[in-house]
Amino acid sequence: MIGLVHFLTVAAIVFAIGLYGVLSKRTIVGILMSIELMLNAVNINLIAFSRFITPEVLTGQIFAIFTITVAAAEVAVGMAMIFRVYYDRNTVHAARLDEMRW
Amino acid sequence: MVDFPLLTAILLTPIWGILVLSFMPREADKTIKMISAVTMAIALGLTLYAYWAYDVSLGGLQYIENVPWITELGVSYALGVDGISLPLLLLTMLVGFSTVFVSWNVDKRSKEFFIQLLLLVVGAIGTFVSQDLFIFLLFYELGIIPSYIMVVVWGSSERVSKEYAAMKLTIYLLLGSAFMLAGVIALYVNAFPAGMRTFSMQVLAQAHTMGNLSEDVQVFTFFLLLLGFGSTLSMWPFYSWAPDGYAAAPTGVSMLHAGVLKKIGGYGLIRIGLLILPLGVKFWAPFIAFFAVVNVLYAAFVTIAQKDLKYIVGYSSISHMGYILIGFAALNVISIDGAIANMFAHGIMSALFFAMIGLVYDKTNTRQVLSLGGLAHQMPRVATGFMLAGMSSLGLPGLAGFIPEFTTFVGAFKVYPLYTLLAISGIVFTALYILRVLANVLFGPRREEFDTCRDASGVELVSLVLLGTVLVVVGVFPQLLMGMVNSGMEPVMALLVKLHVTPTLLGGVFQ
Amino acid sequence: MFNQYALSHVVLIPLLPAMSFIIVGFFLRRLPILAATVSVCMSLISFALSLGVGYGVIANNITVDNPLIQRVPWLSIAGLNVDMGVYIDPISAMMLVIVTLVALMVQIYSIGYMRGDAGFGRFFAYLSLFASAMLGLVIAVNFVQLFVFWELVGLCSYLLIGYYFHKVSAREAAKKAFITTRIGDFGLLVGILFLQILFGTLDFQQLASNVPLYVAQHGTNLLTIVAILLFLGPIGKSGQFPLHVWLPDAMEGPTPVSALIHAATMVVAGVYLVARAFFLFSALPNAMEVIAWIGAFTACFAASIAFTQRDIKRILAYSTVSQLGYMMLALGVGSVTASMFHLMTHAFFKALMFLAAGAVLHGLPDKNDIFAMGGLRHKMPVTFAAMTIGVLAISGIPPFAGFFSKDEILLVVSQVSMPLYTIVVVTSFMTAFYMARLLIVVFCGSEKPDNHPHEAPMSMRIPLVVLGVLAVIGGYIPYANHFGDWVRFGSASHEGLNWSIAATSTVLSILAISLAWYIYGSGKVSSDKLSRRFSTLYKLSFHKYYIDEFYLWLNHTFVDGLGKILYWLELHFVEGIVNGIAGLPVELGDLVRKGQTGKLQRYGLIMFGAILIVVVWLVLLSPLFKGVLSGGDY
Repeated sequence: MIGLVHFLTVAAIVFAIGLYGVLSKRTIVGILMSIELMLNAVNINLIAFSRFITPEVLTGQIFAIFTITVAAAEVAVGMAMIFRVYYDRNTVHAARLDEMRW
Repeated sequence: MVDFPLLTAILLTPIWGILVLSFMPREADKTIKMISAVTMAIALGLTLYAYWAYDVSLGGLQYIENVPWITELGVSYALGVDGISLPLLLLTMLVGFSTVFVSWNVDKRSKEFFIQLLLLVVGAIGTFVSQDLFIFLLFYELGIIPSYIMVVVWGSSERVSKEYAAMKLTIYLLLGSAFMLAGVIALYVNAFPAGMRTFSMQVLAQAHTMGNLSEDVQVFTFFLLLLGFGSTLSMWPFYSWAPDGYAAAPTGVSMLHAGVLKKIGGYGLIRIGLLILPLGVKFWAPFIAFFAVVNVLYAAFVTIAQKDLKYIVGYSSISHMGYILIGFAALNVISIDGAIANMFAHGIMSALFFAMIGLVYDKTNTRQVLSLGGLAHQMPRVATGFMLAGMSSLGLPGLAGFIPEFTTFVGAFKVYPLYTLLAISGIVFTALYILRVLANVLFGPRREEFDTCRDASGVELVSLVLLGTVLVVVGVFPQLLMGMVNSGMEPVMALLVKLHVTPTLLGGVFQ
Repeated sequence: MFNQYALSHVVLIPLLPAMSFIIVGFFLRRLPILAATVSVCMSLISFALSLGVGYGVIANNITVDNPLIQRVPWLSIAGLNVDMGVYIDPISAMMLVIVTLVALMVQIYSIGYMRGDAGFGRFFAYLSLFASAMLGLVIAVNFVQLFVFWELVGLCSYLLIGYYFHKVSAREAAKKAFITTRIGDFGLLVGILFLQILFGTLDFQQLASNVPLYVAQHGTNLLTIVAILLFLGPIGKSGQFPLHVWLPDAMEGPTPVSALIHAATMVVAGVYLVARAFFLFSALPNAMEVIAWIGAFTACFAASIAFTQRDIKRILAYSTVSQLGYMMLALGVGSVTASMFHLMTHAFFKALMFLAAGAVLHGLPDKNDIFAMGGLRHKMPVTFAAMTIGVLAISGIPPFAGFFSKDEILLVVSQVSMPLYTIVVVTSFMTAFYMARLLIVVFCGSEKPDNHPHEAPMSMRIPLVVLGVLAVIGGYIPYANHFGDWVRFGSASHEGLNWSIAATSTVLSILAISLAWYIYGSGKVSSDKLSRRFSTLYKLSFHKYYIDEFYLWLNHTFVDGLGKILYWLELHFVEGIVNGIAGLPVELGDLVRKGQTGKLQRYGLIMFGAILIVVVWLVLLSPLFKGVLSGGDY
């Protein structure tokens, strides 16, 4: 049947995709979206562990709701910052935002 | 033994002074200077009492205080002085006291200046009275940073910018102290097994007699210490920080550095090197002797080529360190007696020299020998100070410099005849550049551009009178100094005899 | 009574002038009359005490073999004990009298000579300090005390030569004197160190008893080197070739200084050292030869320069160098008696001549060239008489003082070495000639129109008279009173007059004086023509054989040159290394900071990579993995 391993594998794959996206997306919005992916992968992990190891206690699911909330808040703040950056620098290219350097 | 903690009192007096000063308002210029002067006067008085009350016939460490501090590491607040450190302590206070008056004209941020100055003095006092390696290093490091600040803020830029000079001085000395720290830790770890380790100098001195320190360990450890103390003592080739550093520093800092802080290097070599790591010293002694000769001659010739008064005295100090080093390297009681006494005499002399140069610079705004001349017409007292310092520098009998040099030569000649011969030839070259400076700066026709310069008066006379008197008194009654120094070195005599110091291959003349 | 007091309080003799130095130097500099009074009074008391010591020595039969010695510990550390003290024997007693007498005369003279000078008080302070130092040297009990006062005497010489410090020539002359003598002092110091190492003591009395044993055991080779090193000091201080160059330049100082220091007292310190340490030198034949030959050469060499000099004080200076050569020569051939005798008479007549020259210069300010003077005997009769006595004395004309002492030297030299004797005889001829030349040119003939000389004031005339009398009787009296029994080394060496030697030298001197009269006095031969005829010789002599220029060149090329080279090395090489090492972290920092690109994703990539490495490392290290490798349960 579909066991814990499968869920963990899916989550891992999603996390990897997210990680790859964070490291390689051109725009900040893309990076933000990839971060969302990673967070969701974590959610899948949490719920899977909770469902398969301690099904009576809903710890993982509650934790996942927290994660979703935090992710939403973070995206809101992040988007606000992106708007500000665009207003200032006229770009959302991650590679062009490199003022804090040597 | 005295119940009153004399050494802590000497140490605390400037610290109290610093605390009081830090609460003074910035504008209370005169009060700040008065407080500094009074503080140093009290400390000087206490030190003079300590020197006078020291029991020379008893010898050894006196005024001992010992309070355990960090027992897990074996650190204790241990103080004590003997015939080796007491003259140097006296030197510190004499020069420190004069420095306050030499810096009387500092108006820019005087509060910070005097706080730093007192910090420097505290650092020096601490190194000379401490009997615990940890405390020693603590006070030593304390003295390095204030010099940086003082040179950068109150210094002068002639050949090189004061920022460069300050940076070079500080980083060089810190590098040296890093090696020192490594050496101290190596010593600490190897002297006793874990659980019995201590930083106390007295106890560590037993480690060698107990056989805990093998020769290899001693050689390696002393090498590290030599790098550190050698830099402080401006031994060739670790001397480059000194000329630029002294030249860029304000007068008071130059006096303290050349007069006192340099001697911490020599003191450390004897106190920590010779008393704790004798086998290491024995191994490195011929090298030290060689570098000593290089110091004397190389620096003397470079001095001959100098045109700036402060550089002349700076390189001349490096040259004199050669005499101290060869006295140390000869490893017999007579020569080390001479080396320690020379540290005292040179300290007073170079402090006086720098003080006079500072006066000349303040009044004439130039330090270049070529621009000066005939100053004896307008400033006879300053001229007298110059002559006293110059004559002591070239080892004129009757002033403090002669007997230490003579004693060093007697002691070192037996062991390193050729090196000593070369070092003695330095007296001719020293005479050459000193007399040239005196002739070109003080004598010659009167120059009108200096007619507005007033002679030293009032506060400016303090350094001249105090240091000049010490030079003459110690010169005419050398036993005052040598007796004290000898009582400190006599206990080491047995140890030195066991080292079996024999003439080197270069000598071999005497059986 | 007084003698006993003097003998037990010899230390007062140098101490009183020292007190005078402190009192005058610190408090009385602006009060010239008081300064001079204090100074002269102290000198007078010192002189009286010295006379007392002299009588005491004779009365108590203190001879060179059992001197009176008092010691006080000065420096006492493990293995090195140096005392200060008082050493009284006929030699030092004689020196005490000479030094205090000449010092007293010079101080009285200076009252007149230096009147009105702004530094009057300073001058007397320095004179007192000098007297004190010289007297301390003379009573030294060991080499260290001798060296200490030797250097102090050199300091005073420096201060007094450079007295007119506003003159560049004076300050340079002072510098030259100090440095030249320092070179000699270097040798002396090394010699002293050798002695300390070899004998463990520097005390004269102890060394005197230890040296013969040492020589018997170890031979003379090493000791000869030590002796020659020690002799370097006298070569410098007593102006022997090749370190004589400072003495003529020292004439920049005021004339009383030249009379006291550079004629009668300081310059003889070297002679005194050799005499005091004669127990060492006399045991080393090679060293004695060196001393004798250097002395003879110096005597002749300096005389040959004095021939052509025109500055009145320079002539006297070279004459001093030459006479010092005589004294060294006498020591070198083994006669302390002859040397000390000549030291004494020379002090009298040389100081006399210098003071007379000073009177001339005082009367004719700004004129030093003898050919700008002339016919002064009319206006300055006392000075003329003084100079004449001096010239006759130095030329060895009987019965003046110089005759006896010079004869003594000629005698002992002739007994040891004929070549040396020849040199000395020739030099005597030259001495008589150039001194007569000075006398004739300055005092005889007609007056120059623009000169307005006047006789010296009373304060300057008294010393001239006193010294004049001494220059007349100061030879015969010691000769007739067993001088050689008291002042000697070893057995008494006084042999009486050798008539052939005495006659030869007297005749030669008279010939020389006549020759001088013929050339300079009678006007029959022009000295200018002569100097043109022998132009090379003249140039060599007049320019002092270009030795000064040679030394200057040596100094400039080697000392200054080496200084410049090392300084260049210092700036470029040593500083280069230091700055290079300091630059390393800067360069490294530069390299590393390029990694801070500021690009977010680059940072993230590096972080991820690092975490990967750490995780793999931990996994590899973990027991789990080890279990996997080895198979089995985990």
